[in-house]
Amino acid sequence: MKKSLKKFVDAIGIDMRLLGMIGALIMLWVVFDLVTGGRFLTPRNLFNLSVQTASVAVMATGMVFVIVTRHIDLSVGAMLGFIAMIMGSLQVYILPEYLGLGHWSIWIITVIVGILLGALIGAFQGWIIGYLAVPAFIVTLGGLLVWRGAAWWVTQGATIAPVDVTFRLLGGGSSGTLGDTLSWAFGIFATVAALIMMVQSRRRRAKHGFTPKPLWAEFALGGIATFLITGFVMIMNAYPLPKGAVKRYAEANNLEVPAEGLFISHGIAIPVVIVLAIGVMMTIIATRTRFGRYIFATGGNPDAAELSGINTRLLTVKIFALMGALVAVAAVIASARLGSVGNDLGTLDELRTIAAVVIGGTALSGGIGTIHGAIIGAVIMQSLQSGMAMVGVDAPLQSIVVGVVLVFAVWIDIVYRKRAGL
Amino acid sequence: MNKQTPLIELKNIELAFGGVKAVDDVSIDLYAGEVVGLLGHNGAGKSTLVKVLSGAYQADSGEIYVNGERAIIKNPRDARTYNIETIYQTLALADNLDAASNLFLGREIVNKFGFVDDDAMEAATRKIMGRLNPNFSKFSSPVSALSGGQRQSVAITRAVYFNAKILIMDEPTAALGPQETEMVAELINQLKADGIGIFLISHDIHDVMQLCDRISVMKNGKLVGTERVEDVTDDEILAMIILGKNPEKKS
Repeated sequence: MKKSLKKFVDAIGIDMRLLGMIGALIMLWVVFDLVTGGRFLTPRNLFNLSVQTASVAVMATGMVFVIVTRHIDLSVGAMLGFIAMIMGSLQVYILPEYLGLGHWSIWIITVIVGILLGALIGAFQGWIIGYLAVPAFIVTLGGLLVWRGAAWWVTQGATIAPVDVTFRLLGGGSSGTLGDTLSWAFGIFATVAALIMMVQSRRRRAKHGFTPKPLWAEFALGGIATFLITGFVMIMNAYPLPKGAVKRYAEANNLEVPAEGLFISHGIAIPVVIVLAIGVMMTIIATRTRFGRYIFATGGNPDAAELSGINTRLLTVKIFALMGALVAVAAVIASARLGSVGNDLGTLDELRTIAAVVIGGTALSGGIGTIHGAIIGAVIMQSLQSGMAMVGVDAPLQSIVVGVVLVFAVWIDIVYRKRAGL
Repeated sequence: MNKQTPLIELKNIELAFGGVKAVDDVSIDLYAGEVVGLLGHNGAGKSTLVKVLSGAYQADSGEIYVNGERAIIKNPRDARTYNIETIYQTLALADNLDAASNLFLGREIVNKFGFVDDDAMEAATRKIMGRLNPNFSKFSSPVSALSGGQRQSVAITRAVYFNAKILIMDEPTAALGPQETEMVAELINQLKADGIGIFLISHDIHDVMQLCDRISVMKNGKLVGTERVEDVTDDEILAMIILGKNPEKKS
């Protein structure tokens, strides 16, 4: 039995660690669902979970590259706060003066400025790390203090609210979703894209005369992908808008609301679409570009990378610039979700991000890590936190549990790696 | 033979690390189709000298000539543009990547969209490995999972794949068994026949006597002397290494 399972897994080509993570996540969900009497695995809770995970998940994808190259970034939470503050003042105080309140381009300008600012801050920190050879731990620890302080300075500590109406959609409130039709379109698009990629990869390998995976394994993998995507869309569509939002929706679309109410689906939240898009983009960067290859080579053996002609200093700058840009995206999601920017936005997010990445199988010793692992790690962290809140675990006990789980997960990973001889 | 322009000429190379002269006014040269052995104790400066040539270090003073023309080598990328390839003593492999990724590291094959083409690289790796080390089969495992000899063959393959003109081998057989050592020796003779110039660093005097045309001996960062292999005995070489004493010329 055990042997045939291993054979099955090998043939499909999923690594055991990914399978273990998914297993842990499912176990966590089932346990919480049992303890809360069926309140955890509801469309409503899963929708909220997906939205709450988004901001940290986006940063986690960037943190994978940072940690793979044996660095660390402790400044992401503070940077998120600072960038969100700048974007908040820009869209609330500055842009409306020139463009008029509620102008269509306000959110676009805000997001672009935020991402550029994030990339700039990241590149600056990366330059200190790469070219001046100050350890990343110190540079970003300094950054944590600097950017948190700078965030306070933007408005002397005042909270900025409310943010631009269109900008708000990026945070995935009741109107910041795709709705049922678009969600299905998105699901079908994702399924078709996944299947096409599998077929193409098979053709490419056949062209070079490599032994292909058995056909049944390809079908199994395609089936699993289709099932997961379809299931996700169905669950998100099964969560209806609340009454107030339905009324607004009906008014906007000239619909009559019948007495028993209307079932309008949320569908997939926009921040989740952003996470998935960034996840795909970062996976392509990691596995299919020279930049990604050099990141992993440098993490595996910095000297070898240098001797192979890779400019590892410039690489460090690029990695941190990318991290900064992703922090800006996370800042957009976090501030749009709240509809306001407080001075403490993003506090402790650096630790949540690092924990997600490490639980997701990225080794702090460098060279090993995956984007999808980090995203699943973020979902595990968030599930743990929301689940405990739902069960009614005391706040201090919550952080104790999260801390213990983090250490335990990494220990398991080390044991697994030793056994697998990696 | 010495009438032609040398492939490589290192002139008066000096390099110091914090006051210690690791390489002190050393001049050596290398002709096409020739193997020059670099001998000396640990810390004699052999590895440091060739690292100047491979771009890992930069000399404090001195000049490098490639085919008679002044060459500026500031980093490993520059060295590669002069077709200088190096097999490092440490092998310099990224342990977490597979053989193909290591072989093409820094020179990946990309498709028309600029994405790395792993399948093409694996196919090329299979092809050249089939020639150099037919027993090699682990193409999809990270090189950390390979044996010492297999890792060595990855490093060697990487150096010879990209049309090297000048090859630097730093202890290429240190980690190998007798059979694999024999394979490396064969490879060296084959490369020599192809007109490639090779610097061979080794501790094994027999290796050197067998494979090299000339030997240069270093001691404490200085060049003791350069001799043709047929002009000296093993004992005379040992005297050069240990005592820093040049053999008496029998004129």
